[in-house]
Amino acid sequence: MALRIPPRIPLRTTINGDPYELMVKPYQTLLEALRDEAGLTGTKEGCGNGNCGSCTVLFNGLPVNSCLVLAPEAQDGHIVTVEGLAKDGRLDPLQKAFSQHGALQCGICTPGFLMAARAILDSNPHPSEKVIRAGIAGNLCRCTGYDKIVRAIMAVARGEVD
Amino acid sequence: MKLFEYAAPTDLAEALRLMQRGDGEVWAMAGGTDLIDQVRQRRKEPSLVLDLKRVPELQAYQGGPQGLRVGAAVPCRRISSDPLVKDRYPALAESAALVGSVQIQNRATLGGNICNAAPSADTAPALLVYEARALIAGPGGRREVPLDGFFLGPGKTALSSRDILLELRLPPPPAHSHSHYLRFIPREEMDIAVAGVASLLALDPGTGRCTRARIALGAVAPRPVRALEAEALLEGQVPTEALLREAAARAVQAAIPISDVRGSAEYRKALIEVLAYRTLEQCLQKLRS
Repeated sequence: MALRIPPRIPLRTTINGDPYELMVKPYQTLLEALRDEAGLTGTKEGCGNGNCGSCTVLFNGLPVNSCLVLAPEAQDGHIVTVEGLAKDGRLDPLQKAFSQHGALQCGICTPGFLMAARAILDSNPHPSEKVIRAGIAGNLCRCTGYDKIVRAIMAVARGEVD
Repeated sequence: MKLFEYAAPTDLAEALRLMQRGDGEVWAMAGGTDLIDQVRQRRKEPSLVLDLKRVPELQAYQGGPQGLRVGAAVPCRRISSDPLVKDRYPALAESAALVGSVQIQNRATLGGNICNAAPSADTAPALLVYEARALIAGPGGRREVPLDGFFLGPGKTALSSRDILLELRLPPPPAHSHSHYLRFIPREEMDIAVAGVASLLALDPGTGRCTRARIALGAVAPRPVRALEAEALLEGQVPTEALLREAAARAVQAAIPISDVRGSAEYRKALIEVLAYRTLEQCLQKLRS
């Protein structure tokens, strides 16, 4: 029997404020569509099964693992990826803080941490360390030991980074 | 990943029509956090993934004096952050806040947690102590199934391959009651329960006697189970520390755990006794404060 390849699906979605019309495979994850169809390779695949949080993006304002979302689920949705954090050539305070505090080493987990941290601050501009640690519990970093990441997010939460 | 088609029907009739292909060909999806990984691992091989999030019946959400109705596609995060759920169904709020990370909770649903039917599903013991019922739509119409009869074994439920779980219905909690869910994992966050216990205790404010006790166990049997003998021991009595300890010991009798990578059967039984006591004790403390 010949293998029938399911046809692609037209996907209208907003990514980082820009309207996109992509032809996605029905079995493609949002992560794959962002990287392979939209050319936005800032979002990284770590584990590919929802354990590591590397592929975190904001979907309608909420952090999700883009490896566990099918691309067509994003129909009419609003996605923000790490490429959408900097505005008008200015880095997001979180990006500055991560850089200032050395909150990264190999960098694979960093886009996911930035998006998870952005989601924490969007819902609570002055979170406690406990709230920050709970909010990034779904993001794994095998290099830094988390301390510098927490310090960087705390610095933004305290308004020390503009 | 296996090649499959995707459909996101916006009405229930269309969703049910598509489900009738049945027999493992069609897999219903809500949050997708279990299903997408299972398809990737080829543990499930659908030819069609049916995304049910756009079906209005599965997004129903209503809480009040009549109880709580939660559509099967409502994400855990919405449930755990709802002040009404925290107040009236604390064990449900606590357990929904333990299903994976924030990222997972924004997608994962109560319906999916139940339909996936892992013996360790965190929300299952809580739903059992509230005596939740599952509203199911199938080719023959709608029916309600008590959650106690919904779980048949690991990954197996009362749903046929042509049925859709619409919502979970929780009756109002008894007056003067409190409930609590605790699980044990070897770290602080992001793990699967080695054992979990939800307890509900209701006291008569006049006599102090227990008018209702419900204890449900997770990850210690092929399905989430009630500890009926432990419940019976408590009802009608004025709870004391000694009685709670006796009930906790009796709850272990309902546990028939396996030994696996997460813990031995003996360890799981020991955990059940500790968790049952702590959940009951916490309920009692809240009720007497």
